[in-house]
Amino acid sequence: MASVTVPADGRAGGLLRRPTATAGFWSWITTVDHKKIGILYGVTAFAFFIVGGVEALLIRVQLAQPDQALLSPSVYNEIFTMHGITMVFLVVMPLSAAFVNYLVPLMIGARDVAFPRLNALSYWLFLFAGVFIYSSWFLGGAPNGGWFGYAPNAVLDPTRGMTFYAIGLLMAGVASTVSAINIAVTILNMRAPGMTLFRMPVFVWMSLVVQFLLAFSLPIITIALFQLLFDKRFGTHFFDSVAGADPVLWQHLFWLFGHPEVYILILPAMGIVSEILPTFARKPLFGYQFVVFSGIAIGFIGFGVWVHHMYAVGLGPIANTAFGISTIIIAVPTGVKIFNWLGTMWKGDLTFPTPMLFAVGFVAMFVIGGLSGVTHSVVPADYQQTDTYYIVAHFHYVLFGGAIFGLFGGLYYWWPKVFGRKLNEGLGKVHFWLMLIGFNLTFGPMHVLGLQGMPRRIQTYPEELGLTFWNLVSTVGAFIIALAVLLFLINVAVTQRKPKAMEADPWDARTLEWLTTSPPPEHNFDEIPTVHALDEAWHRKYVETAPGRVVPVPAGGSGAAAGGSQGHGVHLPSPSYYPVVVSLGVLLLAYGVVFSWWLAAAGAVVMLAGLYAWVLEPSVE
Amino acid sequence: MQEQATIHVYESEHEATSTGLPNTKLAMWLFLASDVLLFGALITSYVVYRGRSVIGPYPNDVFDIPFTSVSSFVLLASSLTMVLALASVQRGDLPRMRLWLLATAMLGLAFVGGQVYEFTTFYEEGLSLTTNVFGTTFYVLTGFHGTHVAIGILMLLSLFSLSFGGRVTQRNAMTVEIVGLYWHFVDIVWIVIFTVVYLIPTGP
Amino acid sequence: MRTRTRLILGLMALAAFATACAPNAQQDSLNPQGPYAEKIYDLFVPVFWIAVGVFVVVEGLLVFISLRYRRRKERAAEIPPQIHGNNRLEIGWTILPALILAGVAVPTVTTIFDLAAEPQGDVLEVNVLAHQWWWEFDYPQEGVNTANELHIPTGRPVLLTLCAVGLGYGDQPTPSECQPGPPDGAVPAAVGDGVIHSFWVPELAGTQDVVPGQANTLTLQADAPGRYSGQCKEFCGLSHAYMKFAVVAHTPEDYEAWVRGQQADAVMPEPGSLAATGKDVFLGQCIACHAVQGLEDANGNPVAANGGPNLTHFASRECFAGCWLQNDDAQELAAWLDNPAAVKQGSWMPDYGLSPEEIDALVAYLQGLT
Repeated sequence: MASVTVPADGRAGGLLRRPTATAGFWSWITTVDHKKIGILYGVTAFAFFIVGGVEALLIRVQLAQPDQALLSPSVYNEIFTMHGITMVFLVVMPLSAAFVNYLVPLMIGARDVAFPRLNALSYWLFLFAGVFIYSSWFLGGAPNGGWFGYAPNAVLDPTRGMTFYAIGLLMAGVASTVSAINIAVTILNMRAPGMTLFRMPVFVWMSLVVQFLLAFSLPIITIALFQLLFDKRFGTHFFDSVAGADPVLWQHLFWLFGHPEVYILILPAMGIVSEILPTFARKPLFGYQFVVFSGIAIGFIGFGVWVHHMYAVGLGPIANTAFGISTIIIAVPTGVKIFNWLGTMWKGDLTFPTPMLFAVGFVAMFVIGGLSGVTHSVVPADYQQTDTYYIVAHFHYVLFGGAIFGLFGGLYYWWPKVFGRKLNEGLGKVHFWLMLIGFNLTFGPMHVLGLQGMPRRIQTYPEELGLTFWNLVSTVGAFIIALAVLLFLINVAVTQRKPKAMEADPWDARTLEWLTTSPPPEHNFDEIPTVHALDEAWHRKYVETAPGRVVPVPAGGSGAAAGGSQGHGVHLPSPSYYPVVVSLGVLLLAYGVVFSWWLAAAGAVVMLAGLYAWVLEPSVE
Repeated sequence: MQEQATIHVYESEHEATSTGLPNTKLAMWLFLASDVLLFGALITSYVVYRGRSVIGPYPNDVFDIPFTSVSSFVLLASSLTMVLALASVQRGDLPRMRLWLLATAMLGLAFVGGQVYEFTTFYEEGLSLTTNVFGTTFYVLTGFHGTHVAIGILMLLSLFSLSFGGRVTQRNAMTVEIVGLYWHFVDIVWIVIFTVVYLIPTGP
Repeated sequence: MRTRTRLILGLMALAAFATACAPNAQQDSLNPQGPYAEKIYDLFVPVFWIAVGVFVVVEGLLVFISLRYRRRKERAAEIPPQIHGNNRLEIGWTILPALILAGVAVPTVTTIFDLAAEPQGDVLEVNVLAHQWWWEFDYPQEGVNTANELHIPTGRPVLLTLCAVGLGYGDQPTPSECQPGPPDGAVPAAVGDGVIHSFWVPELAGTQDVVPGQANTLTLQADAPGRYSGQCKEFCGLSHAYMKFAVVAHTPEDYEAWVRGQQADAVMPEPGSLAATGKDVFLGQCIACHAVQGLEDANGNPVAANGGPNLTHFASRECFAGCWLQNDDAQELAAWLDNPAAVKQGSWMPDYGLSPEEIDALVAYLQGLT
């Protein structure tokens, strides 16, 4: 029987030789290190955040006064569509992915994720999906049918925009599905010795729920997007009422994905808040199991409420009732979380550095968004609210006041761990307050605008409707937000100039990532820690003398697993070219589907060749 | 026994895991669970649109149940050969494994061939992708399934050829098991499709 | 520190209430003018106040806790008690919200069924056909077809059947009920059944979507005469923002008078007048899409609609082009006739390259169609 012997250093021949760079530009292109990938996700997502923010400012300038024509209807439709697509798929999801990628292996005491190359693939596919969608501005027009792309309008629109939409989101969907499987396997299979599921940090739990939500909801929109693509490109009849089909099918499939999607957007931020609050209250999270179970409950119930986006479609009172009730029900586990966060702060020793400000801001703003959500679940009230600015107010309160605030809190909290420096506190506080004020000025008035007759997605409105004043206020608020974000960017620039000089645990925190250096070495931990309890890192620093009472462990106690050594004997996965190569093939394939079948074929060949090389390239050791 | 450094085709397969399941096997199960929803959406679309075509041809005009039953049986048989392939590699019998892998791939190809023949006939009878809602939902559903089968055949043939390079052995039999999981899944999906689309009687 | 947040939030709430009383909002869902809108309002307001109550309690707790337990001196020597939870509290704050929500759910469900029920009594039936980007109103029993303004009598429930249509179906006259597809022999228009729209006149009722292939219904009723503003709420393409309409409620007598006026044939212009020239211009191109009852084309055939609004009584309406422009404004009308797409992006009405004189004549003719 023939067998192939391979030299121990992994070189099996020129073509399949793995790259070796660990620093510099190429190291970022070929990296499979979850930490570098997390940073890539974060930087890219933030860049898209700026772009999406500019789009928002354009919208607000256009709407500041009635009867304006700064943006024509066709341009306006492209801008609000791209704003939605950008913020949902290219900002909040990848920014959450940045945290999940960087932190989850550290928090569970692992050295990397289960499939490091697949992890890199997810990033590159996401980046290229964003590039692909944005390139549409120059290639025939950007998507213009709303981020929700309702048929028949999305099918009948004569420009290429919604074709780019369908293909771009398919790419991003594949990236997220692959990542979901990767992270789920990592969390389930690669925990440190002693880390049972109920000793995992809440952030890891929320991440786990999110991966299942992704894995089960993305296939549904995948099919919807293919159906839209086929209707546009090949003349099929999925949404063609003249042929007997039902445009509402799109809505069902979209929202079957779309509702779990909003929980995908919020749960990581909730996880972040659940880590920050205990640290700055110096108390454990109140009701850990209840917070975990409520997250799981939200995940499940989240699949059973999708029709609440469709109350006005005409499905009938029975359907509306059933989904009205399920939507009302989902408020309960959400409330449980909020009360447990309050319980965490109760009787704590509270300090308010910037991460804590954002975490508390999250709770405050999310409560408002959640309450307006409850008013939507009152179905007849929603007949007035739906498709108005009241809804815009609601989801911005939960997604901006919630997710974005939470993610900013996470940035300030983990910045010292990731980059070895703390972001400037003074600038951070100004950032927070400006952002809080600007945010409320922008979106608070939208509750009024919606109830007083302003529909969504309108390029302008007439003076007679009496909507002018609050629209103007909202626009001013938007620019205040922009200023706040600018301050954050300045903070980053100023901070990154400082030398790296950070201790392992600057915040006196509770979870495993604080046991290793700041930043961690490539191999994460010199020695994988053994876990004896929830909040293991805390228990190594403090010992219980009486029920609920802790004192610091005397000096020289069981300390951190500092990454002083070079990690002898730890074999890490080698970098690889093929995630980028495969992603490039997919990108070519994507352009090919729009423009030329030869190009698509070429892309498919590159993709397949890349996949084969990936499988065949030598692994480490 | 010669000391040889065999290249692992899949990473991290022998390490201890928290659940006891190897990473790649767990990943395949999760992927298949995800794929259930993919086909769920496709089948639901088909069912929801059943009987709504404004013009023909309609299912009863074109379906040839006996023919499709035979090709369904062929696919079913390929699951059996897949099991035999796995059993062979697990006991270290590589030549048998190659035989059964090839057989599985061939049966899969026969199934695909049958579908191609079937669809060509439908097309000649006037049913295209864009003729009516039936054509749209039918071809897209079966097309997605056929693509899954084709990818499976590619994986089987890859395993077959890689085994000549010593990359598929008793030590990493799990690779074959994982491809087998995928193949059985594709088979089960076909059973559902065949039942829902072909066998359940519909209107005109 | 925390008081600043409180101050901002409080100011906002005050402002919100202040504006809620503002008199100039024309599409104000908080100003119901009929029983169907009132049912929604009567459900929303108590729920709103419950939400405000929860807001005050929860945010108040947050502010209180933040202030009460913040560190006052240098790093406390003692770490606070490490409380892990309290099962009774957990049960409590699961059950209490559930009970409140159950209380909200009951009237919610009854109102859903209430609003969906078939209206009783002397019901007026009107078909609403949503085009890109204007509203057609068809009264099958009265034999009236108009656009952009829905005229109704006060005190009677009006049952609207909502249909989405494209440009029309070739030779087929405007459908009077929704059809899933063109009837045999008719040529489907380029955009078939059109796109989804949504009919919303907040002071009289909640929304209902207008979905191609589906015939949704919506009931509304006005208590008092008046003009109630509405617009399309579901994103429907380029000129979504320009798809407004008005519901004009009359006393029953005035309504009957309106119906009689609409049933009459179109006013014929004085021979030799500018309007007569306009009529000839109209017969040149406009009859390809627009109906004028009583007018005959060169072959003696009645001028029937094919995709555009019925213009028989154009001048009896206040607004046109999706109720975006004023009928009595000659300048706006002239600009529209000159280049519709420049006024309303994406408009299906072609630019026929009319000369200024032809446009003036047309304006005169149209403004004579009372």
